[in-house]
Amino acid sequence: MVTVYEKKLVYEKKVGLSRRELLKRGGVGALLVISGSAVISPEHAWGLETSALKPETMATLIQAARDIYPHDQVPDKYYAIAVKGHDETAAKDPAHKELIEKGIAELDKKAGKGGYRGLGWEEQRVALLTDIEKTPFFQAVRGGLVVSLYNQKEVWPIFGYEGESYSKGGYIARGFNDIEWL
Amino acid sequence: MAASFDLKNDGVVVIIGSGAGGGTLGNELAQKGIDVVILEAGARHELEDFINDEWDSFTQLAWKDKRTTSGDWRVAKDFPNLPAWIVKSVGGSTTHWAGASLRFQEHEFKAATTYGKVKGANLVDWPVTLAEMEPYYAKAEAKMGVTGTNNWPRLPGNNNFKVLKAGADKLGYKECHTGNMAINSVERDDRNSCQQTGFCFQGCKWGAKWSTLYTEIPKGEATGHLEVRPNSMVIKINHDASGKVTGVVYGDKDGKLQEQKARIVAVAGNSIESPRLLLNSESSKFPHGLANSSGQVGKNYMRHTTGSVYAIFDKPVHMYRGTTMAGIIRDEARHDPSRGFVGGYEMETLSLGLPFMAAFLNPGGWGRSFTTALDHYDHMAGLWIVGEDMPREENRITLHKDEKDEHGMPIADVHFDDHPNDEAMRNHAYKQGQALYAAVGATRTFPTPPYPSTHNLGTNRMSEKAEDGVVNKHGQSHDIKNLFVSDGSQFTSGAAENPTLTIVTLAIRQADYIAAQMSAKTI
Repeated sequence: MVTVYEKKLVYEKKVGLSRRELLKRGGVGALLVISGSAVISPEHAWGLETSALKPETMATLIQAARDIYPHDQVPDKYYAIAVKGHDETAAKDPAHKELIEKGIAELDKKAGKGGYRGLGWEEQRVALLTDIEKTPFFQAVRGGLVVSLYNQKEVWPIFGYEGESYSKGGYIARGFNDIEWL
Repeated sequence: MAASFDLKNDGVVVIIGSGAGGGTLGNELAQKGIDVVILEAGARHELEDFINDEWDSFTQLAWKDKRTTSGDWRVAKDFPNLPAWIVKSVGGSTTHWAGASLRFQEHEFKAATTYGKVKGANLVDWPVTLAEMEPYYAKAEAKMGVTGTNNWPRLPGNNNFKVLKAGADKLGYKECHTGNMAINSVERDDRNSCQQTGFCFQGCKWGAKWSTLYTEIPKGEATGHLEVRPNSMVIKINHDASGKVTGVVYGDKDGKLQEQKARIVAVAGNSIESPRLLLNSESSKFPHGLANSSGQVGKNYMRHTTGSVYAIFDKPVHMYRGTTMAGIIRDEARHDPSRGFVGGYEMETLSLGLPFMAAFLNPGGWGRSFTTALDHYDHMAGLWIVGEDMPREENRITLHKDEKDEHGMPIADVHFDDHPNDEAMRNHAYKQGQALYAAVGATRTFPTPPYPSTHNLGTNRMSEKAEDGVVNKHGQSHDIKNLFVSDGSQFTSGAAENPTLTIVTLAIRQADYIAAQMSAKTI
């Protein structure tokens, strides 16, 4: 099972890592760290436990997800939720596990020393993704994301989408024609 | 009370499908005292079951059974197993449709005569004229509560319409308004008026938008002459030695095969399923499928020349608020070959929620070019292009050679190649749409490719001569007197207008014809 847990954690105690250790281990921008079977975002107090995929793989997958659909105003947590289905599928389907693990390993290899997450600029990482965009691995990741990222109700307000409206009586009294700048 | 008819009752009219064609025909016949069984492949979801959520609603209502695609249309690449976005549920695609209800123009019934010889197009004139259709159009508009007719006011314009109208004014377009919509602008027919909820495609929970689900069907059921049998997937139409159809075989809700006897069969399963069923009903007497002596069953598949234009502005729009398609520009719907193509197109407001915008804005797209568009979702306006496409014999529905569905029926393959006329029209419309939004100050515009087809037409077309098509001017098959086609597959050509009003009009007209023929005992 994959769980995304969220709590106000004091990261030094909860995950047994010192701040110095965190910074030393840190991936891109020191945002995601690996501890045991989990990917942790100490800055934002959430973690993702993996069951089938390596937590390093999951961390790279989260970064790749952001590079595929980069929205600077969307926190990593939602990218983590968007890709956690791959861990669930991998737990049931060895072929899927291999697809993801091999795909990520290939990305890391292409990236050279420091791996995919070690590349400092989005352009560098996107160049690697562009090289593999025809592969089943990339298509599986991108195709899943287009639903799993954008269908999270929690992200809709970030984009200004209000979602369900029937229970609020529609927009007839809530701004269906409130445009003023024309 | 809804009727319940015995499987062996061979006096009933069996209608396959409960959407705009089938649902309307069923009620019209029931009102005349004729016994009708509607077999609907989907389940019965009432309006309170509808969901204001794009993916959840899609899961609830859409026809998701596997289909395959081929041809050079982009849908085949982007959505290889979803050529059409239509509905499998009681009410058919009238649960999902946007409500735009436009009469065809006079010349569109005479496409071959008006457009002349178009290379690579299989055009013929309709065997009916606008003049013959007008009294029935009037009946359909009255039945459906079409705004801008019968003194019903048009809907108020939402934000997306206001942007469209401002652009239309800047470009000098003259005919721009909130449309002729089968959506109540005032309470009528025991249904609510539009509450500007913005989920027209997901089923109108207010019942303000006309759907056979909560108009024609319950009215027909109230006569005691109509039974709607949901979860009933028809796989074959049977006939006797004389060639008359005698009943249909369907998989019931438990997957068991049943045969419903019939005096008359009317096929109304939309333009992919209807020809699929006729083709699958082949027999030693009809080796190429029923009603197919012309070889035209499944051919001439049309889907309208479509596309969308979305635009981003430096100030908010909130296009998703309010009636999705209540906004139209009709100036380009004329036939004017000086633009480089025959026929015309409408421009209609359109919006998608964030989840579907992500899926449809540029399928397969990724990276910042794509995501910066979505970043400004609430600053977007959008319009849909819907124009006449050319019928082509090679654009067709066929039975898949290997793959079968759960009932053992071959799945449908949908082949479509864009005609050069379609491409010229789409490019013209993209240019006009982008110019329109630029004129209002858009900072970025997106010529968005066609979605899976919502308007599926022409695969059992009407023709004057039996060798040119499948059915006559009443939707009666040229080959078999008691076999009818009652959906958009009988369209001879596509016209520029959204098809539902014309499907309903043809169904009302067909009901009169069937009743008269039954009285005269010719069928």
